[in-house]
Amino acid sequence: MTVRGNIVGIDSPEALERALRTAYYLADDGLATAAYLGLALGKPLLLEGAPGVGKTEAAKAIAAVLGRRLIRLQCYEGIDASAALYEWNYPRQMLAIRQAGEESIDIYGETFLIERPMLAALRAPDSTVLLIDEIDRADQEFEAFLLEFLSDFQISIPERGTVRAAERPVVVLTSNRTRDLHEALRRRCVYHWIDYPTAEREARIVMMRASSVAESTAHAVVAAVGKLRREPLSKAPGIAEAVDWAEAATLLHARGARWPDAFKRSIGVALKDEEDLTFISGRLDALIAEAAA
Amino acid sequence: MSDELQLPRAAGVFVSFVALLRVNGFAVAPEQTTAFLAAIELLGPRSMEAIRQAGLATLAPPPERRATYDRLFDLHFLGSEAVDHAGAEDEEVVRLQEEGRGEDETLLADEANESGLVAARAEALVERRFAPSQTSDALRRLSREAPARLPRRRGHRRMRARRGPWADLRRTLRDSVRNDGEVLRLGRLKRRTRPRKVLLLIDVSGSMKGRTDDNMKLAHAIVHAAPNVEVFTFGTRLTRVSRALRLKRREQALSAAAHLVSDWDGGTRIGDALQAFLAVPRFGGYARGAAVVILSDGLERGDPSALRDAVAKLSRRAWRLSWLTPLASGAGFQPQTEALIAIRRFVNDLVDGGSSAAIVSHVLSLGQRKAA
Repeated sequence: MTVRGNIVGIDSPEALERALRTAYYLADDGLATAAYLGLALGKPLLLEGAPGVGKTEAAKAIAAVLGRRLIRLQCYEGIDASAALYEWNYPRQMLAIRQAGEESIDIYGETFLIERPMLAALRAPDSTVLLIDEIDRADQEFEAFLLEFLSDFQISIPERGTVRAAERPVVVLTSNRTRDLHEALRRRCVYHWIDYPTAEREARIVMMRASSVAESTAHAVVAAVGKLRREPLSKAPGIAEAVDWAEAATLLHARGARWPDAFKRSIGVALKDEEDLTFISGRLDALIAEAAA
Repeated sequence: MSDELQLPRAAGVFVSFVALLRVNGFAVAPEQTTAFLAAIELLGPRSMEAIRQAGLATLAPPPERRATYDRLFDLHFLGSEAVDHAGAEDEEVVRLQEEGRGEDETLLADEANESGLVAARAEALVERRFAPSQTSDALRRLSREAPARLPRRRGHRRMRARRGPWADLRRTLRDSVRNDGEVLRLGRLKRRTRPRKVLLLIDVSGSMKGRTDDNMKLAHAIVHAAPNVEVFTFGTRLTRVSRALRLKRREQALSAAAHLVSDWDGGTRIGDALQAFLAVPRFGGYARGAAVVILSDGLERGDPSALRDAVAKLSRRAWRLSWLTPLASGAGFQPQTEALIAIRRFVNDLVDGGSSAAIVSHVLSLGQRKAA
């Protein structure tokens, strides 16, 4: 196990929490500890939680703090090694064979190799952060392949040999938990379950992300969003929706709408599902009045 | 572990905490123990909270067992009262609530009568024992035929094919290299099929008492015959039992499930149970594109409109929604209960669920059916 207690001047979870704040990300103790341990122990960081709690944002903020480029691999059903690691540029290879005629040609040279996110991260481990987003959307075959990649950070390209990372790349994985991940994957990583932030923290996030929003508006929106999250909705509003709602309501208010009305008219940025809107419409007035109280 | 990392002399207390977790059913690998010790070393002697956080990050207890992890941590490091085993409060139980009522408010439950039609106001939370029994012919048939006959869908991975919409450039190039660059044949690819998700929702209320044992055995057989099956039980609560049923030995799996479910043979709140199911995003996600099978008599004690809305929503997400009720075992079945009449237009199949053979036949016929 590689242990590096000090990563670019960050020598504790608190220091990382402060650094993340400069990247406009408010992390709680649990996340700061898990992220620090991931970096210090050279292990991938696996963040699980409901959609919209800020998992991907956390990865972006970590990349910003480390001053590295974020390489994002968005998972989807059916994603395979050729989309994640590398692929050969077949049309170009065929053309090259035709053009070469009698001469010999290396059709497996660098010019024909298409680099995919995982290979890019292996080749530049000290200047990138690899984000493997929504791993739960990928199938179990891909998960098994990923496990192998994460255990020794090397890949072999049959035609070219093995590519090994000079140092352990920083890897962040996220999952919305639409299915249970393999235990072995969780074991290999440093794990953190991200929950919705407390009302106080979320209000601070709203104000940090949307400078035009007044404190009282932020608290009212966060209270309303908190109530909405307790309702049986198909798509509960995430943090981004809370920020958008606060901004939209502020904008409408600046254009002359009264407060409760400004919240109500901008509900469309917080709830984006027609069934959810219908379900909540009868109680929306009371809910907003209660939240703004 | 690197040489310069000196373990603290008190490492024993941390290693024994890992042992305690293992005894309580947490899977912790040796590499996680090493990472835990390294994490404590890194964080230094700060506070108990830092150790708790280090354990959470490196030993990675599943979120639904966080409460047990915390209790065991307190017991081990702070010496609070003994904890024997993980309780049901860890598990993925969604308590059903009515608007304006607290969680501790008792819910409707049936009196202990077979018909389940008379309601009393108490939520019966009971343990259940499953008697060991012979595997019936129906179960054997299910295990044998399910892998080939359960519904499949087109996946997104591709496979070689004689004919298909995509050119297999990798293979074509390899072949052409062997033939001095001549392309003699263009390889093709088509989409591979994958088993479709199956979602099984089992009513375990008093009125279904006669079927519950067999239904749970069926669920265990389906879980082992197909790769992605999710199983929930509902009565006055909703409980996810998929993970328990994945244990290979049936007796073991059923007793693990029995330990999780606390509302066997009680009341029925189907509408609220389904609403609770849909309200958890990842549970609701299981239904998307799945073959959804509900085993219930539809004797609803709650509000039929909640049931109607939930079934309508579920049917929109599902590939196909089948409702199997023991009441439909006679010929010429017509729904009589208010609940079944309300949901009839939203379900694709309203058929006999009165015997294991009938349920198995229907489940095995799903592969031949079309999407709703």
